[in-house]
Amino acid sequence: MLTVTHYTILSALLFAIGAITVLVRRNPLIMFMGIELMLNAANLAFVAYSHFLSDMGGQVFVFIVLTVAAAEVAVGLALVVAIFRARDNVDVDEIDTLRG
Amino acid sequence: MDLGSLTESIVFYLFAAIAVLGALGVVMARSPVRSALSLASVFISLAAMYVLLNAGFLAVAQIMIYAGAVLILFLFVIMVLNPRVDVLGARTGTQTLIAIAFTVALAVLIIATVSSGQIAPATGKFTPEVLADFQHVEIIGALLFSEFLLPFEIASMLLLVAIVGAMTLARREKGAHKNIEG
Repeated sequence: MLTVTHYTILSALLFAIGAITVLVRRNPLIMFMGIELMLNAANLAFVAYSHFLSDMGGQVFVFIVLTVAAAEVAVGLALVVAIFRARDNVDVDEIDTLRG
Repeated sequence: MDLGSLTESIVFYLFAAIAVLGALGVVMARSPVRSALSLASVFISLAAMYVLLNAGFLAVAQIMIYAGAVLILFLFVIMVLNPRVDVLGARTGTQTLIAIAFTVALAVLIIATVSSGQIAPATGKFTPEVLADFQHVEIIGALLFSEFLLPFEIASMLLLVAIVGAMTLARREKGAHKNIEG
């Protein structure tokens, strides 16, 4: 019998892998994918609790998170394109012009 | 264990394995295109999870928005920019080790907390029997336009701002030199 714990453990694993992606990789495109992984992990937890508590609020929230993720990707990728256009290179460690 | 819950478990573990392997593929693939395709497998297996959890509308939305829009946008940008193949161990070994150690600790903490706790009794009114009587889209739509109207409106404003922002950022300035920044 599947319980909410099964889904939450899967969600925690996906979140951790997404966090590792953001921390370890230096390509901003891959880092965005890590952020998407973390958002998806949170969504899975929302839907699982929504199902096991018989409350649709969690699923509505997932819908909001979907729009936030779409907006985040659109702006983030536009930033990556703009940075690439300016300096032909998208390594996040080399983009430190604003460092004081 | 009856046949229904056995099938449910099989589907869960199958797609959970695909999701975790796909997520690992995102971190470990050297080529960004492979990372993006691994991400697609995560999205699709999560859609399968949503079906298991009686959230058919979200499963469809997951496929359409994530696998359809977000992932295509990723692939599009990867193909347009064609960045140099990312070197996997770009960070120093110590940084990677510390990052992995702390994240694993976080995962262990979450799992330990959740496994030691107990979920509250289901008090909501949308039990599987109720869900079977209504269209899933109908319920979510009604909630979005009544109880969750403010978040819905904020989300639409956010999308508008994001569209304008993305267009402004990605637009090529007239007569701008390619290397404006040193």
